[in-house]
Amino acid sequence: MHDMSAHAAQHGAATSFIRKHVFSLDHKVIGKQYYALALVAAVVGMFLSWLMRIHLGWGNFAIPGLHLLSSVGAPGDVMTPEYYLQLMTMHGTIMVFFVLTTAPFAAFGNFFLPIQTGAEDMPFPHFNMMSFWVTFVAFLVMVAAFFVPDGPTLGGWTQYAPLSAVGAIGGPGQGLGVVLWAASIGIFCIGQLLGSLNFITTTLDMRCKGMSLMRLPLSAWGWFITSIMGLTAFAVLMPACILLILDHLAGTSFFVPSNLVINGQILPHSGGSTLLWQHLFWFFGHPEVYIAIVPGMGIVSHVLITNMRRPMLSHRVLIYSMGALAVLSYMVYGHHMFVSGMNPVSAIAFSFPTLVITIPSTIVVLIWLGSLYGCHLRINSASLFALGFISMFISGGVSGFFLAQPSLDIMLHATYFVVGHFHLVMGVAAMFGIFAGTYFWFPKMTGRMMNETLGQAHFILSFIGAYCIFMPFHYLGMAGNVRRYQAFTDDYLIPLIPVHKFITISALVTGFAQLIFIYNLIYSRFKGPLAPNDNPWEGTSLEWSTATPPPHNNFGDKMPVVYHDPYQYSVEGASADYVMQTSPEKIASPNEEK
Amino acid sequence: MATTVHEPPKIDLDRLPSQGSGNGGGRNPVPAGGDLRRIKPSSPPPASTGIWVGLAAITMTFAAFTSALIVRQGSGPDWQHFALPSILYLNSLIIIASSVTLEIARRHITSFMVSKTEGAAPAGWLYITLCLGLLFVAGQTFAWLQLRSQGFGLATNISYSFFYVLTVAHATHLLGGLGGLVRVIGKLNHSTLRRSTLNATSLYWHFMGALWLYLLLLLWMKL
Repeated sequence: MHDMSAHAAQHGAATSFIRKHVFSLDHKVIGKQYYALALVAAVVGMFLSWLMRIHLGWGNFAIPGLHLLSSVGAPGDVMTPEYYLQLMTMHGTIMVFFVLTTAPFAAFGNFFLPIQTGAEDMPFPHFNMMSFWVTFVAFLVMVAAFFVPDGPTLGGWTQYAPLSAVGAIGGPGQGLGVVLWAASIGIFCIGQLLGSLNFITTTLDMRCKGMSLMRLPLSAWGWFITSIMGLTAFAVLMPACILLILDHLAGTSFFVPSNLVINGQILPHSGGSTLLWQHLFWFFGHPEVYIAIVPGMGIVSHVLITNMRRPMLSHRVLIYSMGALAVLSYMVYGHHMFVSGMNPVSAIAFSFPTLVITIPSTIVVLIWLGSLYGCHLRINSASLFALGFISMFISGGVSGFFLAQPSLDIMLHATYFVVGHFHLVMGVAAMFGIFAGTYFWFPKMTGRMMNETLGQAHFILSFIGAYCIFMPFHYLGMAGNVRRYQAFTDDYLIPLIPVHKFITISALVTGFAQLIFIYNLIYSRFKGPLAPNDNPWEGTSLEWSTATPPPHNNFGDKMPVVYHDPYQYSVEGASADYVMQTSPEKIASPNEEK
Repeated sequence: MATTVHEPPKIDLDRLPSQGSGNGGGRNPVPAGGDLRRIKPSSPPPASTGIWVGLAAITMTFAAFTSALIVRQGSGPDWQHFALPSILYLNSLIIIASSVTLEIARRHITSFMVSKTEGAAPAGWLYITLCLGLLFVAGQTFAWLQLRSQGFGLATNISYSFFYVLTVAHATHLLGGLGGLVRVIGKLNHSTLRRSTLNATSLYWHFMGALWLYLLLLLWMKL
């Protein structure tokens, strides 16, 4: 340890309640705030999905009290077609932005990136505080759409133009609802840009002595790569939202074409490009998929290594593969637009990198599986969810091969096949990454342990439930079930209704299983058994070498010095099963990076 | 009449070692049992990296606006060409001049830091830069008002829409640069100014100048 007793923290420990728990500059508090926000958002998003699923299974079912949410959208507690689309839009938006982006990246990254790099805090703590509160305001603006007269927008989380840009004439929520949506996402972008700025500079400049880039844990690499993606992707989405708002409020014509007739009325706009929105949105939108999943890859790798008691087959190749995913994610966005009428040559140009991106994905998966092969995995809630992550990522990824080919995608694009694909590979996988991280780092974050029995029950129900929900989606898609239909008329879709009912029941059961997690989380936070020591999982990275919970400046009077790679497990000749990064003990390890 | 006596400015030559972390293991991996005294701080100050990260984000934002302009121009026949307000060319000279004065200021202050001279820090060129920056914003405002008085508003035509969006977006970012200059002057006069802060602010300001010249060229070619 390097004596830092004379060194001052970047900012002193807060003393007032407001500065300590509300407008805190401490990255750990901010991380917890992000986590709490994501948890609330996840509950809201899941509740919306329940309402949608009940409507899909039993179209005329009166959901008690639904009229309280919207008397117009649910007269007599029965959902109108428009309201179904509004709930669907809000479900997708809230889950993608405020859960899948916020929890694995902003929440865990804020708490653990500075600690894993050996820093006292982020270099720009005021920006960090602003990033959370800006995100919080964005969430409030988004949710406020439920309480305006027309309700939230019904255009889907992608907000395709011209529907999103024509104003109230486009339907319920297409006026003020879209403006609130675009304003919320624009504000959200600012928060993520501020966060990414801190993450990148923390990784590059704040590492402690001895912490070379290759000595960073895989979770830190996941956050670092994601922050670079976030910086470039959100910087593009924000101007798109500004242009969309201007089309609404200033009467400009960025996205609305000439002579567009809606409800018998010619709109005053002229010459706008509907494809322009798609280009701007998907330039952000596809990297966003990796913004949601790459932190999970890092977290899951970190969790698995600790429980396998041995490093991955190749630390470097895993990092390079995650980096390749990030780079390629910008080259493939056009595959979301195969049915937009794009030039077939362009389609091939986007199809090729889409197929290529499966290579680093496959390498990552093979490294995970190869590393798991023959190991004596410690089975606990965290490692189970990490395995579940891999399972979901593979299952969802396989269907990506089909969708990468324009000839197949044209048939499958607007069906439930796509919905099943992205829910598994991006949604459920990322959620499993969040769960793995929660069970793994909970002792460090709170000083208490979560209940293992409840955790494993939560895993079993979630794992089975997720497959029961999303695998049938692929079948529905191949059977021609178009996505975003809120009801099934007397046609070929009628025989599929029992499948929808099965999915709905599965979704309700799986949703209730999440209550086990929430109970476990809240109960353990206050009443759970105290963590037996600072390193209950016998990990090697820096978060396990400091106190539990970590002090204000993370490491107290002694700043760490790093001597080893992050994952020195089962080291021959070492005094224990593992060697901490901060241990000056000399070891002869074949795993040590040079 | 009371006289306020300020303490001489305290200026850091580099990032203080008391920052605790950030000694940068990147180029200094510590071998087990190695001699810690041989490990020298090597990381740049976070402000130096942070400003480049921020500029990368701004570059992406304006790249998005640019691609939107190009795609939108080609999507319909309604694009109207118009002559840019002539004051924009004067504004361009002003922002170039502001970069020159800021560079002079930066060099004077850096020399002052190295020489560790007692007395007031040379802030004069910073004030001139600040005035030029404000003059630029005033000039841009004049251009907007001039167009508006001629009946050309944000929604008149898509070409005007892009003119307003790009110039307002640039001016908004430039206001951030003015805030940075005020902060530098404040720190120089009343507290501790780090060289990295001065350099980062200068870099941001020069970038705003370069960005404006790029936007002017783009608007001149496309509008």
